[in-house]
Amino acid sequence: MTGTTGRPLALGVTRSYSFVMSIMNSLRPGGRHGLSSKETRDPIGLAVAAVNRLAQSDLIDRVGLRRQTEQVVYSTTRNGFRVATAAGRTFARAGRRTAGERPAAAESRGLFDLTPTEDEQMLVDVVAELAAEVLRPVAAQADDACAAPAGVLQAAQEIGLTVLGVPESLGGIMEERSAMAGTLVAEALAQGDMGLAVATLAPGAVATAIGLWGTEAQQQTYLPAFTGGADGQDVPVAALTIAEPSVLFDPFALATTALRDGDGYVLDGVKSAVVRGAEAELFVVAAMLDGTPALFLVESGAEGLEVEADPSMGVRAAALSRLHLTGVRVGGDALLGDTDGTAYTECVRLSRLAWCALAVGTGQAVLDYVKDYVNEREAFGEPISHRQSVAFMVADIAIELQAMRLLTWKAASRAARGQDFAREVGLARQLCAEKGMKIGLDGVQLLGGHGFVKEHPVERWYRDLRAVGLMEGAVLV
Amino acid sequence: MINLETPKKQAGLVDQAHQLAMNMLRPISRKYDRAEHEYPKELDMLAALIDGVSETGATGGAGAGGVRRDARPKDDGGVRNGANLASVLSIAEMCWGDTALLLSMPRQGLGNSAIASVANEEQLERYKGTWAAMAITEPGTGSDSANITTTAVQDGDEYVINGEKIYVTSGDRADSVVVWATLDKELGRAAIKSFLVRKDNPGLKVERLEHKLGIRASDTAAITFTDCRVPAEDLLGSPEIDVKSGFAGAMATFDNTRPMVAGMAVGCARASLDLTRDLLEQAGVVIDYDRPALSQSAAAAKFLQLEADWEGAKLLMMQAAWMADNRKPNSLEASMAKAKAGRVGSDVTLSCVQLCGTLGYSEAELLEKWARDSKILDIFEGTQQIQQLIVARRLLGLTSSQLR
Repeated sequence: MTGTTGRPLALGVTRSYSFVMSIMNSLRPGGRHGLSSKETRDPIGLAVAAVNRLAQSDLIDRVGLRRQTEQVVYSTTRNGFRVATAAGRTFARAGRRTAGERPAAAESRGLFDLTPTEDEQMLVDVVAELAAEVLRPVAAQADDACAAPAGVLQAAQEIGLTVLGVPESLGGIMEERSAMAGTLVAEALAQGDMGLAVATLAPGAVATAIGLWGTEAQQQTYLPAFTGGADGQDVPVAALTIAEPSVLFDPFALATTALRDGDGYVLDGVKSAVVRGAEAELFVVAAMLDGTPALFLVESGAEGLEVEADPSMGVRAAALSRLHLTGVRVGGDALLGDTDGTAYTECVRLSRLAWCALAVGTGQAVLDYVKDYVNEREAFGEPISHRQSVAFMVADIAIELQAMRLLTWKAASRAARGQDFAREVGLARQLCAEKGMKIGLDGVQLLGGHGFVKEHPVERWYRDLRAVGLMEGAVLV
Repeated sequence: MINLETPKKQAGLVDQAHQLAMNMLRPISRKYDRAEHEYPKELDMLAALIDGVSETGATGGAGAGGVRRDARPKDDGGVRNGANLASVLSIAEMCWGDTALLLSMPRQGLGNSAIASVANEEQLERYKGTWAAMAITEPGTGSDSANITTTAVQDGDEYVINGEKIYVTSGDRADSVVVWATLDKELGRAAIKSFLVRKDNPGLKVERLEHKLGIRASDTAAITFTDCRVPAEDLLGSPEIDVKSGFAGAMATFDNTRPMVAGMAVGCARASLDLTRDLLEQAGVVIDYDRPALSQSAAAAKFLQLEADWEGAKLLMMQAAWMADNRKPNSLEASMAKAKAGRVGSDVTLSCVQLCGTLGYSEAELLEKWARDSKILDIFEGTQQIQQLIVARRLLGLTSSQLR
């Protein structure tokens, strides 16, 4: 068996054999470094590749051959370096395995309206301030470090982001279904930074899922840990994991499996886009059960879990990871929601909705930034905004951004009212993926060379916006 | 509370418009596309029907005249879903039936919207029941409408109008024309005023009708004005040349009519989407909103992209109309809606022809017609590029001399 990087997982009979195999495997071109499996290396190419391998080795670092500053800061960012998941807390079992509390659907008077409720507006105002004052200033640093600063996580917890989707009766903050509020919050947060927004929203995704689909026992067992956050307790780090590292990934045809085993289940597979995987104490894992996707609660202490850092193009502050599940046994009470795919399908849709909201917020950040830039930057003796080719790009960003926002809001408001929103979220995702990326692309283009360097945040937004349309899971409204 | 559905109280009206479009417009759609310049006599009965329904109040004020903004709105602090929203929604339904026939509806001309937008109360009463076309464009002046050369010179209690107008929608069939003319070319856009000219005025002459790519059921006229005398009280709005407010008076019409043209594009494009989806499904193509588009057939993925763009156009249209209903300034949003709907209208209708191959290209179906009809919607009432200029100037805080 080989890992995702092509390196053997088990050590060979002898170390030298293992080492040679490892080098040979790593020199096979296909599937690594962006090379197709059709590529072949000639002898000179092999020699060059071997020298390059040596140049990358830890060995020369240990003997001090390389300047310290050249070292990769985070060893966990190295391919294939895996650790066991965090030891985590013990969630004391409580409650009965009957249906849990469910948030009520929001009521509407049937008027077309684009005005948030007073409660939603208050929430958005607070979150917008957090985004501008706390997230944005540390965004570049968090992107670089592949980690969210403790202060950001703490602030998000204090304003109750984790329990936004949890009904009041279970210690949460909303009286009604919160998909609309969650969407507005995700949008406002992402205006600060998408990576940090994902890092701060991830535990809430798990809490919301338990609120929506959990049994009474699951709600009693897990939610108190989340709702204690407002009182200064440490909210558990938690991750909703749906995505898998495969081409043309389809969340309704997962490679991860759950096999029935006595009263419980055995899970096998690899999940990707796992937010803060190394620290997470609780996972919601999507796996195929009898050919239908289902959700399972997996505590980080379970045997057979390994986490691997998976730094990606963007959304880096969320410390994206891969979660390897090898014969992970969970109890019968680990199943979250039903086995006919209903809860799972809703989960996929609500997660996509959250990603749409993140795209809208990030798109707004791009628009606000380029507006100022093109008015200030001069070329040929006048601001570049005086040129139609520049101004029209800005106009199109604004037009498509507003269309993205309205589609996202429509899907969210339908979800909040308990109406079917399959079509609306499907279309919102389609538009946000396509136009969101275009906004990122044009944002960099409008700044020219300045857009390409990290002195400006636009290149980060470009990387972050590529996530929309391919991400599944991680966040949820 | 955020809600982007068709309002409950307007759902009935939209259904009615849909039934009218399906049962009265579609059956004669191809007929009048082929018989360009022939008067669609069936519309007289339809217009009478609509007038009748309007008088009962059941249309919620929808129609060309529905864009009027009351001087003193009833402000109960609540959200209004009024005539603007009702108008764009019902226009979209009618254009799902046939865009050219909607444009040919008696007493529903763009001139009627202009009257509703800028006329005073006395004029509004006096012009009741007229069918007014709109005459802005000239042979040498299209998008730069501040540059018009048609003049209006005061002579006692009359104005004397001289000039040539082209592309006057319903210019032949309407019984009056709203004409843009300048009182003083030196004073620029502030001096541009609109006048209502009766078609029986001896100084007005319909010179010819255009032969067009699409909307062929709608007559498009070239009209000359030669020493055309109109009473001073037929100058719409204020005769004062207010250099400060500039173009605002005349341009206010556009804030109201652009969402309507967006509605036309939304309706026309949906006709293409509805039929194409049906044809694709009959051919075994499954369109799934949950599965990733890239894992579905290329046709399904294309359809999803078109539908998403279309939904964006529709919601931008509804936003612009909703803002007008709630007395919020909406120039920016009206132009955004027009820009998005205009380009989406073309993309959707042309792509649907492509998806359906020679079946779509053939006159045996209406897909090719919709792909011809849609093009004008990205041109009249301000081209795509003019909308982008307006959006960009507003966003960037630039004047028309800075961003030209």
